[in-house]
Amino acid sequence: MTEAISQSLPQPGGHPASLHLASLHDAATADLPVSSVSDWIALLKPRVVMLVAFTGWIGMLIAPGTLHPVLAATAILCITVAAGAAGAINMWYDRDIDLVMRRTRNRPIPAGRILPGEALGFGVFLAVASVLVMALATNLLAAAVLAASIGFYVFIYTMWLKRRTAQNIVIGGAAGAFPPVIGWVAVTGGLDTLPLLLFAIVFFWTPPHFWALSLWAHDDYARAGVPMLPVVAGARETRRQIIIYTIVLVAVSLAPWALGLAGPIYGAAALALGIGFLACSWRVLRDTQDASGVSQTNDAPARHAFKFSIAYLFMLFAAIAADRLVS
Amino acid sequence: MTPVPEPHTTLPPGTLPPGQRDEEAHRHRRGRNIAMLVVLVALAVLFFAITMVKMSKPDIGG
Repeated sequence: MTEAISQSLPQPGGHPASLHLASLHDAATADLPVSSVSDWIALLKPRVVMLVAFTGWIGMLIAPGTLHPVLAATAILCITVAAGAAGAINMWYDRDIDLVMRRTRNRPIPAGRILPGEALGFGVFLAVASVLVMALATNLLAAAVLAASIGFYVFIYTMWLKRRTAQNIVIGGAAGAFPPVIGWVAVTGGLDTLPLLLFAIVFFWTPPHFWALSLWAHDDYARAGVPMLPVVAGARETRRQIIIYTIVLVAVSLAPWALGLAGPIYGAAALALGIGFLACSWRVLRDTQDASGVSQTNDAPARHAFKFSIAYLFMLFAAIAADRLVS
Repeated sequence: MTPVPEPHTTLPPGTLPPGQRDEEAHRHRRGRNIAMLVVLVALAVLFFAITMVKMSKPDIGG
């Protein structure tokens, strides 16, 4: 900003004082961030939040018992806002690596539209508010699990694991697995086997989902120094891990049906979707690649698997809700 | 008489002239203020609704 001010200062030589002050003001505001509402919404990672809100809602829907619609809507709002808050704090912490990654350099903080401190304040305020409102609207356990999910994402994943280990996504995936549990606890006030299985499904879904993305974005991660699996272990090993985790995911996804906690609608959907996901992962494994494992197809199978994985989770959770509503 | 130089001619290329920038900043600030108003009103309605629901529960009212 000092440079901008000095650049636009009028040359010495007897200008009127008002002109001098006006240009000083203009120069001082020239470098201040000009954020719009959409920048603040972008700070909440709306696409990720949508999936989180959906799984949280399904957790509530399938839970035994009832919750007043106003309180249920409030609980979903709290889950949504908490996820957004965690995303905003993540963007504050990761602003240095976001700046060097092509995929993230236009985010509001690296692009200079929102100041880091503002983003942090925004995220912390929303996180605290969402937990308090959850406690008021539902119960203390739901609020505690919500707080734990924010803490896990911010401290365990973002600050501890992400820059240190190739297993960042595996362990950090737990953060995204909390919402169905929170939804369930908001209704029942306790835990059970089914929400824990839903937790496990999202937990095992996360690695193949993110590793598919990191296969074609690994240059970005390497430049930023983030030890994603393709950067550390190579693309070939990542493809192998994707199929292993997909096999585990499909087995876990069938558990609710096998244990009698979900009906045939869910069982059939889990099987069909699982076969689809396995086929995608198999194509990723068999992708045409050179000796070092670099894709010769611009990672087309990985891009397809990434898209399919999002649809997979949506449809699987929709299936369990449909199954519960029908039976 | 010495001509008064344009004060903003030295801004980096691609930067909006300060007048336009002020206008844009004003527009964004107005948008943020309206959004804040909507959020505050929505929160007031939400807290009112939560209170009504909680108050209508038999274990609290009775």
